[in-house]
Amino acid sequence: MTEDILGAMKENVIQGRITKDDEGLEDEMTGQPGVKELVQEALDNNYEPRTILDTITDAMTIVGDKFESKEFFIPDMLAAAETVGVAMEMLDPLLAQSGIEPKGKVFLATVKGDLHDIGKNIVAILLRGNGYIVNDLGNDISAETIANAIKEEKPMVVGLSALLTSTMGNMKGVIEVLKEAGVRDQVKVVIGGAPITEEFANNIGADGYGADGFDAVRVVTSLVG
Amino acid sequence: MPREGTLITNPYERVSKEQLEQIHQSSLDVLMDPGLFCFNKEAADIFSSNGAEVTFVSGGEHPTWSIKIPENLVSKALDSAPKTVKLGARNEDNSLIMHGDEPRVFFVTGSETNVWLDVDFQTYVKKSGSSTEAKVPEFHARRGMVEDLAKAAHVCEHLETVDAFIRTVNIQDDDITDDNKDVNKFFASVNNTTKHFMMGLTNLEQLDNVVNMAKLIVGSEEKLKENPIISFITCLVKSPLQFVNDTTQTMIELCRRELPVVVSSSPQAGTTAPVKEMGILAQINAEVLAGITLSQLVNPGAPIIYGSVPVRARLDDLSDSYGAPETSQYNVDCAQLARFYKLPCYGSSGVCDAKVPGTQSSVERLFSNILVTLSGPQYLHLTYGLFDCNSTFCLPQTVLDDAHFQMLKFFLRDPQINQDETDTVLKQIREVMNTEQKLYIRSIRPMLKSGQITQPYPFEGDRESDQALELACDKVNELLSQPVEHIDEATTKKIFEQIPGVLPRLNVYNK
Repeated sequence: MTEDILGAMKENVIQGRITKDDEGLEDEMTGQPGVKELVQEALDNNYEPRTILDTITDAMTIVGDKFESKEFFIPDMLAAAETVGVAMEMLDPLLAQSGIEPKGKVFLATVKGDLHDIGKNIVAILLRGNGYIVNDLGNDISAETIANAIKEEKPMVVGLSALLTSTMGNMKGVIEVLKEAGVRDQVKVVIGGAPITEEFANNIGADGYGADGFDAVRVVTSLVG
Repeated sequence: MPREGTLITNPYERVSKEQLEQIHQSSLDVLMDPGLFCFNKEAADIFSSNGAEVTFVSGGEHPTWSIKIPENLVSKALDSAPKTVKLGARNEDNSLIMHGDEPRVFFVTGSETNVWLDVDFQTYVKKSGSSTEAKVPEFHARRGMVEDLAKAAHVCEHLETVDAFIRTVNIQDDDITDDNKDVNKFFASVNNTTKHFMMGLTNLEQLDNVVNMAKLIVGSEEKLKENPIISFITCLVKSPLQFVNDTTQTMIELCRRELPVVVSSSPQAGTTAPVKEMGILAQINAEVLAGITLSQLVNPGAPIIYGSVPVRARLDDLSDSYGAPETSQYNVDCAQLARFYKLPCYGSSGVCDAKVPGTQSSVERLFSNILVTLSGPQYLHLTYGLFDCNSTFCLPQTVLDDAHFQMLKFFLRDPQINQDETDTVLKQIREVMNTEQKLYIRSIRPMLKSGQITQPYPFEGDRESDQALELACDKVNELLSQPVEHIDEATTKKIFEQIPGVLPRLNVYNK
């Protein structure tokens, strides 16, 4: 029975199915329990949250391998990460009770003047899927709003996104404001977006640069790990 | 079920109905004045006995007649010529059914080049001393051999978009002569592909051997008529307006046997045809109509295909400039002319002037492949692996061309705009707008898995340099390692016993 629930959970993470109504990669999956129902079923049957977490982590490793081998594409990766995000919302309080802390809290924002948020949204999904608590501040966010949020909630990382060459300069402004607000040392700043380069990140004094969503997760993990 | 081909729902048309009528009338005028020269006595006799104005012009080694073909003969031929032609195949699922009034395109190889282009790669190291390496292709041109032809047929058997096979390369082995070339090009091809095979005949005396081999493969003469696994191309009219002796005789014999035949003409605008669009169209159409008229006088109802290979001359060396935009214009026009007569069309595109794979080649071949395909010729040949004005064939390019045709076929699918789709997408939009991230990516997955969304370009490299050709070479090797369905052993035995001239080294059961 244990193997059945956990096996189904693993398969459904790979298939990217949150609930029973979701389509999987195969047509016949629709109607069968998704990750949300399976996590609940496992908890109802007194499985350790840690065991469930390990199962989900194993599944994401397989998804990562499939992405690397080009069997899976970004939509597959995101769908799987979304299931993990949903599972983590259910598991986080229970893991905390068991003394297992989340990997960390990350704030995300698209900088002032820029309304483009696809990249940031993908990073949010992937971070949640990797066990981080994510607070998405939104887009067109001023440096002051970001600084205040950091002051109040003390995330370990803030991720800044910009698509436009005309707005990427505002990332530097955010770092300046964080310094003025006295919170720069409390938080790691990771930046990304189409026009951003590692050299630019270094020049403005950011702590890290994510070339894409997956790289962003890697960079965040290296900074908080 | 025959092959599906690619249906062009709204074919691209360059010329109006009135302009088509004008071209048709001009061609009829050309057929009466100046008419054609004819170097084949039997054709002259056939025209003469059916009411054409035939005048003996000169004797000697090449007796010549002047033939003026009246409109009524042409009209009668256009009435009796079948409007639907079936091209069979060893695997009947690979048959092609071509309706002259339906712009359903089948993509076909071509076209008997003398040169086979080998590709290998040399690794170069950056001169500045860095460890950066680059692989650079090297091309080696050599004469084509029968094993090359077998290899090309094998690869094309596995290429999804290749609907039929015309011999890609002329076989020039030391033991190939005019007396055994036809049986060997037929056997090397058909033994390695179950798709339809079309060929030009080198030696009319070999026709019976080729046809007999086809009968052995399908089982009988009757079955060959039901499932004509082989068809022929005849350029019986040499431009401008001359019936050639041997190819005219070949077409006469093929029509008597009721084997499908392309009545083809290949004028070169600027040299053997007027360079003006109206001029080359009036002439090529007259040449093809003259051939069709002869075919139907020989055997009313004989299956024929309107064959058009108009090209523009390169003005630096007078070779056929398939890469010139005018060549695509002429071919689009000819597809329209064939449809005007409701006859299946043998069109051409995809050859380039470029000598080797690369940027020029890609631009030239894609330009014509896209435009001519959109015009809807039923049998679109020359479309795989050809270079240097149709004198060179390069096998890795065929897999690149296959990928490009897959993109084109995908593009040409009918739009899915209907009430069901509307309901689905409105529901999707409303659902996504209720989520935090507002992304549609989740809905892509089922479409991606079911092939409703194209995959990335299959020959995309992971380095800064273009790796398409290198990856295409890998693909060729992969396809060659996949088996093909050869002609069965018992039939092969009969072929080698009964058909003279087939090279023993082509017998796969002796290896």
